[in-house]
Amino acid sequence: MKLKLHIWRQPNQSAQGAFADYELGDVSEDMSFLEMLDVLNEKLSADGKDPVAFDHDCREGICGMCGMVVNGSPHGPRKSTTTCQLHMRSFKDGDELWIEPWRAQAFPVLKDLVVDRSSFDRIIQSGGYISARAGSAQDANATLIPKLDADTAFEAAACIGCGACVAACPNASAMLFVAAKVSHLGHLPQGQPERYSRVRKMVSQMDAEGFGGCTNHKECEAACPKGISISHIARLNRDLVKAQLTAAEEKAVSEGAG
Amino acid sequence: MELKSNAPAGDIQTRWERHRFEMKLVNPANKRKYNVIVVGSGLAGGSAAATLGELGYNVRCFCYQDSPRRAHSIAAQGGINAAKNYQNDGDSVYRLFYDTVKGGDFRARESNVYRLAELSVNIIDQCVAQGVPFAREYSGLLANRSFGGAQVSRTFYARGQTGQQLLLGAYQALSRQIADGKVKMYPRTEMLDVVVVNGRARGIVTRDMVSGKTEVHMADAVILATGGYGNVFYLSTNAKGCNVMASWRAHRRGALMANPCYTQIHPTCIPVSGDYQSKLTLMSESLRNDGRVWVPKRKEDVGKSAASIAEGDRDYYLERKYPSFGNLVPRDIASRNAKEVCDEGRGVGPGGLGVYLDFSDAIKRLGEAAVSERYGNLFEMYERITGDNPYKTPMRIYPAIHYTMGGLWVDYNLMSNVPGLFVLGEANFSDHGANRLGASALMQGLADGYFVIPYTLGHYLAQQKFEPVSESTAEAKDALRSADDRIKQFLSINGKRSPDSFHRELGKICWDKCGMARDAAGLKEALKRIPELREEFWKNLRVLGSGAELNQSLEQAGRVADFLEFGELMCNDALQREESCGGHFRTEHQTEEGEAKRDDDKFTYVAAWEWKGVGNAPQLHKEPLTFDYVHPSQRSYK
Ligand SMILES: Cc1cc2nc3c(=O)[nH]c(=O)nc-3n(C[C@H](O)[C@H](O)[C@H](O)COP(=O)(O)OP(=O)(O)OC[C@H]3O[C@@H](n4cnc5c(N)ncnc54)[C@H](O)[C@@H]3O)c2cc1C
Ligand code: FES
Repeated sequence: MKLKLHIWRQPNQSAQGAFADYELGDVSEDMSFLEMLDVLNEKLSADGKDPVAFDHDCREGICGMCGMVVNGSPHGPRKSTTTCQLHMRSFKDGDELWIEPWRAQAFPVLKDLVVDRSSFDRIIQSGGYISARAGSAQDANATLIPKLDADTAFEAAACIGCGACVAACPNASAMLFVAAKVSHLGHLPQGQPERYSRVRKMVSQMDAEGFGGCTNHKECEAACPKGISISHIARLNRDLVKAQLTAAEEKAVSEGAG
Repeated sequence: MELKSNAPAGDIQTRWERHRFEMKLVNPANKRKYNVIVVGSGLAGGSAAATLGELGYNVRCFCYQDSPRRAHSIAAQGGINAAKNYQNDGDSVYRLFYDTVKGGDFRARESNVYRLAELSVNIIDQCVAQGVPFAREYSGLLANRSFGGAQVSRTFYARGQTGQQLLLGAYQALSRQIADGKVKMYPRTEMLDVVVVNGRARGIVTRDMVSGKTEVHMADAVILATGGYGNVFYLSTNAKGCNVMASWRAHRRGALMANPCYTQIHPTCIPVSGDYQSKLTLMSESLRNDGRVWVPKRKEDVGKSAASIAEGDRDYYLERKYPSFGNLVPRDIASRNAKEVCDEGRGVGPGGLGVYLDFSDAIKRLGEAAVSERYGNLFEMYERITGDNPYKTPMRIYPAIHYTMGGLWVDYNLMSNVPGLFVLGEANFSDHGANRLGASALMQGLADGYFVIPYTLGHYLAQQKFEPVSESTAEAKDALRSADDRIKQFLSINGKRSPDSFHRELGKICWDKCGMARDAAGLKEALKRIPELREEFWKNLRVLGSGAELNQSLEQAGRVADFLEFGELMCNDALQREESCGGHFRTEHQTEEGEAKRDDDKFTYVAAWEWKGVGNAPQLHKEPLTFDYVHPSQRSYK
């Protein structure tokens, strides 16, 4: 098939970007979307033009490195599919594709389709973990975990941190990302000691990073390649309310007043 | 050079315990005075950086992805082994040790393997404590499965995403240390060289992949956990960025590279569909539990649709040749047989490089619902990639490179022959011999990072006196200059071919001549063609743009340049090893049954190669292996 491509080109973070137009023939329907871009890049290089920069690594839909907005949809038109797993058979001859990076204040564009998602890492650093020193663990079967809890935790933990939820949200909120981690750890007995401090810290870091607030547009859930449910957001909100109530108490204790 | 394994002697069951006691300790208050570099944030590097940070060392950790959470470990599907014996089915530390030594075809160091089996149980405890959501039974207990032909159920898993969940556990532990200021993380940073001062590893040269800035980082010890070299074959199941650069640069600075010819091929991958193919996707091996592998009996039938080939005209070759194991023969046997039927011209699909994996009998026997329950997500993935529906037409599969057992040589302490340079995870050669068992790579990475390096690093540091070295030491400046020069060179050749085109060509040579089956003539041809290709690379490469920006062609050029040197060493090693063992199959050395034929008298050693300069013959050093507990035997799957 033959395609008309409009791709966001931006040399670096401080430069102005713009769409550039390319025509690409001989696109096979068995190619992945990224292989189509590889072919374009080989062609551009052969013509002495700068290839399009885009992030990718596993090309199996699991590392969360790839991601671009295709015709307005993060990761393109196919449900529950990352860009690297999208294949050209989802398109047809003569299609016109607008390809652009994630757009969000907290994800500055570094070059072309590559964005800086280190804000996600800082959110995890603020509390998205269980403090478990190597060497201190008890036997793995000493604490029973109901299957339902383990399965729910797993579903939340399946988040690949790609950022499509942010790109899809009209407010550029990271609520689904944060909620997935809060819910994963909060469903497990091991996650209880830090449960409320965790949600408080993560939400405050999310705000500090410049992500917007959640006003229930649900676009995130639709765009998520791993089908993470927004029910985790509801759960986060419940934990957050409780966390705010306990915060004052914790502060008093840690200052020795208790 | 004498290669000292430094493995303790005596009763194998207490070797690690005794060694731990004998090792020197670093006083808690002194740990913060030591600077440690960890390159890599996969299971091995991530767990090491987190654990060392927690102990109090000052750690700097580097990875090329935009976040440590994306290391290639994330893609592991099947599971992680541990000798917990939660199933009461006869497993034990000793059995896991035994299976691993035997599975490695008697080419691994017994002491290391025993320690690995011993630590496996701690890994599961540690991961559960971190919140890794392993599969569970309704009782709330952890679930297990049997994996890769093991006779016991010792594999722990998190659906088909075990690597992801384990890595997120390590990543979160690492994140906590980053927040505490104990680890400083450098994502989007590639390591270009090791700095060796007075014979000891004291730093690395890096390039910031966004700004292009190259710089030197000095430390008291350097840990490489940079993964495997499967991408020397271009097409593999590895992530696109996986590379040999860190190991290769260390090799050029004196670290020995061991057993590079030990590579593992996975039999069930989705076949190549065209020239643009950029990587291969693994389909879980579990598919072979219910799928039947076949090709047409006659060459004339390969173009026909599967459905139109009558039952009697199909060759279920694995069932025919290996009646007792059938479709469940080990990975290497399944792979080699697929190649054989394709070489005979009986392969199916584009290019004739594929065999059928047929579920129609399973669907008849179990019903579509039951098959979908077991394999639904895999079928979906297959359909997404190929456009074919496996419920209706048989899948097509073909083997692909999946894992590399070889790597930098390390002693029992996971230290290379360059003092202060440690190597963990897939990047070292240590535990799997000539062949790795399924679900054992994740185990090794985490054992190395959580439970071995915290002890052995301290032992090294406590024995040394470290004179302060700065970034302006002559050795550091030299290394930085040579890294800068190399970048300039890539940019100035201004030829006609892209790094990718060289990489593809190299990959094809390696796959054809040093892939599933190897022989002297083919290897010699590869050894002629690789240097020619390398020469062309340095004359005809084209990298656009500059070094002072995000430049993905430049990154790739650096990786391909190293693969072009590494590929030659791999072929040399394969040529030297005049026997077949594990993943290394020399067609000249097979039994009458077509099985790999070891030559224990001559080859029971680790082949560790020393760098002698580009184009010069590398020097071979041998570490003899002894088997005091598991006695070498010949395997048979008939
Ligand atoms: C598809 C697939 C499925 C698998 N399934 C299983 C399984 O079910 N069970 C199992 O046990 N094993 C499995 N394996 C094998 C296993 O996943 C790997 O062997 C293991 O995860 C390797 O871990 P690692 O920490 O050594 O390296 P990696 O996870 O590869 O990490 C390497 C790290 O080094 C960094 N790095 C590399 N080069 C540089 C450089 N030059 N500069 C800076 N940083 C660098 C990377 O950024 C990364 O952080 C599978 C492998 C594949 C490909
Ligand atoms: S490249 Fe890893 S998810 Fe797409």
